[in-house]
Amino acid sequence: MNKQLTLDHADAALEFNKNEAKVDWHDETLWFVRTKRDRAVAQIPEWEQLREAASQIKNYGLSNMHDLLIQFEENAIRNGIKIHWAADGDEHNAIILDIIKQAGANRMVKSKSMLTEECHLNQFLTDKRIEVIDSDLGERIVQMRGEPPSHIVLPAIHLTKAEVGETFHEHLGTDKGATDPQYLTEAARQHLRETFLTRKVALTGVNFAIAETGGFVVCTNEGNADMGVHLADVHIAAMGFEKIIPRAEHLSVFLRLLARSATGQPITTFSSHFHRPRPGQEMHIVIVDNGRSRQLGRPDFRNSLKCIRCAACLNTCPVYRRSGGFSYHSAVAGPIGSILAPNLDMKQNADLPFASTLCGSCSNVCPVKIDIHDQLYKWRQVLMKEGYGPGSKTVAMKAMATVLESPRLYRMAGKVGRGVLRFAPITVENGLNPWYTQREMPEPPAESFHDWYVNHKKA
Amino acid sequence: MKVGLFIPCYIDQFYPQVAIATLKLLEKVGCKVSYPLQQTCCGQPMANSGFEHLTGGCNENFVRNFANCDYIVSPSGSCTLHIKHHLHSANEEVATGIRSRIYELTEFLTDIVKVNTLDATFPYKVGLHQSCHGQRGLHISQMSELVAPPFSKPVQLLNLVKDLELIQLDRRDECCGFGGTFCVTEEAVSVKMGKDRVADHLRHGVNFITGVDVSCLMHMEGILKRANSNVKVKHIAEILTATI
Repeated sequence: MNKQLTLDHADAALEFNKNEAKVDWHDETLWFVRTKRDRAVAQIPEWEQLREAASQIKNYGLSNMHDLLIQFEENAIRNGIKIHWAADGDEHNAIILDIIKQAGANRMVKSKSMLTEECHLNQFLTDKRIEVIDSDLGERIVQMRGEPPSHIVLPAIHLTKAEVGETFHEHLGTDKGATDPQYLTEAARQHLRETFLTRKVALTGVNFAIAETGGFVVCTNEGNADMGVHLADVHIAAMGFEKIIPRAEHLSVFLRLLARSATGQPITTFSSHFHRPRPGQEMHIVIVDNGRSRQLGRPDFRNSLKCIRCAACLNTCPVYRRSGGFSYHSAVAGPIGSILAPNLDMKQNADLPFASTLCGSCSNVCPVKIDIHDQLYKWRQVLMKEGYGPGSKTVAMKAMATVLESPRLYRMAGKVGRGVLRFAPITVENGLNPWYTQREMPEPPAESFHDWYVNHKKA
Repeated sequence: MKVGLFIPCYIDQFYPQVAIATLKLLEKVGCKVSYPLQQTCCGQPMANSGFEHLTGGCNENFVRNFANCDYIVSPSGSCTLHIKHHLHSANEEVATGIRSRIYELTEFLTDIVKVNTLDATFPYKVGLHQSCHGQRGLHISQMSELVAPPFSKPVQLLNLVKDLELIQLDRRDECCGFGGTFCVTEEAVSVKMGKDRVADHLRHGVNFITGVDVSCLMHMEGILKRANSNVKVKHIAEILTATI
């Protein structure tokens, strides 16, 4: 088996945990966002009904995907938008390159789009000598550092103000050691203004595409999507096909859920509705599959396509908060990423469904009620059955099953185990036992409950 | 009412005092309890590791032991949840019956026995760890993610104990990081989660940490002991049967 190019989750998390103060900071920063979310949703008495409504609208969408997409395409074309279909990331990238070339451009400004991260668009365009500048502040920061986003809503959440100051000093020439957010933001603003004014092609993501109208909505807090496309001659919108919703009226449900779940805001600062190109402008939508139809065809996992990318599951996940976004080695980190990634590549991402305690917080915080932790459990079964687990684990589990299904073997093993712990603790209290590295072993009693019961109660 | 006592494997082997307290508590509230002697494990260690297909033998053994009980009660939210969701058998009708009749100890006491007095005294400051599988899986208490009225079956019972002072945590239902085999396969994150969970209790000056799952308590006990703390863990059954 080829060695993975990236560390698996446990090893990456071990690295991340070497700086405990940074882990504490990361955990508390994201917990603060989760707390803001709790306060915001508690003010909506009908919150749970909203979640249910959103979940049902998405159910309808998943069950009528074909018809809704065709309806969307017809309406969008009628509005003067050009529609492109991409089967995978490569096709998505090639279509976008083609549009840029036809516009006679060699540079583009982009608002935040996790889909383009999934398709590795930036690297692809850079290799073709097309310059791409990310205009979302967090994205721009990680882009300067040559890193991917570590979080789907807060791409630079893993960085402290000092680290941002250092990056800006290096790339934008700000004063060394500067950490004042206002000063740093102003520097970024000047830099991005220059970008917005000079790019003929702008790309945005799509938060919601409306079949009924052929229009789409993009939500940002910085207005950067609008700044890019309002000044550009060509607007490209990259859209995973699951972003479709049937009717405009359904937006009222999702827009109330999205920002509250994401950051605890009542609504995103900008919810921009695009229906047709302005006179003289070209508007393209690239509708991408990239494994989505495969996931739609898996009954146990199709609900993962309901995701509206609010990141509430990342913020609430006690494992994500203490392992960091990069430990998930995938465009979408955290619990939702861990059920999306194995669909893209089972072998590469077989570790991710195990990066969870199955505490269930993710499923209950999810505004569209995705059964995330149940899907993590189900992926584990699929991946081990398909042989993506280490061979040693299979052997150990088979041995364990043999002992635990036989009352006689179980009692014998228990007695031996307790005896070893009592009389030769060194055999388990050593550096090879991952339990013992930072925890004491439980103290073994002389007799099991079974033996006590037989001696005292007589069955 | 014939109650079959299900004692999970690691409680049987390492924490017999929890099983003894559970038995004593159930008898005290008027149940006729039997402990089927050939029981072993619910199969969760294999299933959560992705090997549910190896749990057939455990399942059949469980069915053989508990098919004839009116109720099955266990001092573990996690193992109870596993049986409730994943027990299957060649005799599926019997397995379905067992899945509908198994209860975690505190939910059995509050919902079926409807206990409203207890002769117990525990004059200490206690922190309650809300184990995830009991809380979010069996819904024995409300979780902070939902917009819904709060309730807690373990707290309802702890409030019946004389002189016990229950503290409030900063994060009232964060996971401790045990997570079954997660505690060894993801050792770094597991330990960090455990340290943080324990620190929340320590900040509020507890003498004891309690809960409905010995697995979480075992994990936190290991961390407390390594730090030479004098704070102890006790399963809720031990506190509900405590006298002075």
